[in-house]
Amino acid sequence: MEMYFWAFVVGGLICVIGQILMDVGKYTPAHTISILVVMGAVLSGLELYEPLIDFAGAGATVPITSFGNALVKGALSEAERTGLVGILTGIFEVTSAGISSAIIFAFIASLLFKPKG
Amino acid sequence: MLQGHQTWIFPSRPTIIATATVVGPHEAEGPLAEDFDLVHGDLWLGQDSYEKAEKKMLEEACEVAIRKAGLQKQDIQFFLAGDLLSQIISSSFAARTMAVPFLGLYGACSTAMESLALGALIVDSNSGNNVICGAVSHNAAAEKQYRYPTEYGSQKPPTAQWTVTGAGVALLSSGGSGPRVTSATIGRVVDMGLSDPFNMGGAMAPAAADTITAHFRDLGLTHREYDLIATGDLGRVGHKIAADLLQKHDLEIPADKFTDCGILIYREDQPAVLAGGSGCGCAATVTYGHIFNRMKKRELKRVLIVATGALLSPLSYQQKESIPCIAHAVSIEFSQKE
Repeated sequence: MEMYFWAFVVGGLICVIGQILMDVGKYTPAHTISILVVMGAVLSGLELYEPLIDFAGAGATVPITSFGNALVKGALSEAERTGLVGILTGIFEVTSAGISSAIIFAFIASLLFKPKG
Repeated sequence: MLQGHQTWIFPSRPTIIATATVVGPHEAEGPLAEDFDLVHGDLWLGQDSYEKAEKKMLEEACEVAIRKAGLQKQDIQFFLAGDLLSQIISSSFAARTMAVPFLGLYGACSTAMESLALGALIVDSNSGNNVICGAVSHNAAAEKQYRYPTEYGSQKPPTAQWTVTGAGVALLSSGGSGPRVTSATIGRVVDMGLSDPFNMGGAMAPAAADTITAHFRDLGLTHREYDLIATGDLGRVGHKIAADLLQKHDLEIPADKFTDCGILIYREDQPAVLAGGSGCGCAATVTYGHIFNRMKKRELKRVLIVATGALLSPLSYQQKESIPCIAHAVSIEFSQKE
């Protein structure tokens, strides 16, 4: 039950950071998302993101920062196995399912629906 | 005839013998729904793109105006119009359908009054007897071009405005009866250094104040000569700023006769419209629909319409340029005997 509380707090705080970037920092939504992804990647590199997931569960895996974490994790684990080239080949390893499904489902949706404005 | 620095007076007082307005679903939910000629429940207007829908609205508005005036297409000598899309395609493509000599205009949201001022100049100088002046904008087409695709669902601050889906045209004539265009003040481009495209009203307010000041100065008038002074699309945020600026110039206009088309067109509690309406179609539909109906009901005799435009492009905004703004004022009169 405690985990639900921390998921709510941590997930909410990440969103607060995004909202502040947009409202106070005047960043565009695209900039805001990129900054959050980079933040997740940096925390992952410092080995801080996994502990955050253990602590807050979905509060840390659902926000876009988790995507940055996944990019770094994929690159590092592949680098361990195949050396430096692994950074390039592994970067989308963990995230490829997410990226591919986003493209494929967006394509299917665009065939079936018309935007309402 | 030039009077003062930047004001034309039209001694022959060209007559607006007919107007027509076409709007979309959001405008139909607003308080002025009864004032429009055609109301569409569907943003697409049965077309396969929003751009085509925008063009269709302008074509429909022209057709209705010509029909109301009891004229034929071939009676129209010139067609003056503009819109917000790149290369003003909606106007050019509607002009292709009209097959009438055409001058395409771009004054952003000030186009409604830019076209009316130039049309009046043509009629007043005997260079044309029947001239159609108009402007059109479409919410989804403008959002796509200037901001983000709406499917992206990006957030907007409360100072942002909602582009009106609508077309408004006026048929100006050297004869006939109807409200008359008596003078027009052409605005200067004013740039106070604001660069936030989500606060266009605030950026445009100084231009509106500048043009109103020039109009009164050139003609030696005060607000007392007008029953209504309406800015184009400053919205709730920009209109307040314009009122404050005029007050600082000792030209305070009483709140009951100083209004804004962008405030009038939507209800305050209408979802997503935020600070109010904007776009070429805002001043055009509210003036040619709502304000003209009030003139015809004899509620208003003399009005000054100050259409405001933000002359930015998506590229200039991305390159972090500030927003140059403009406002054109046209004075319209409808007296008892006409």
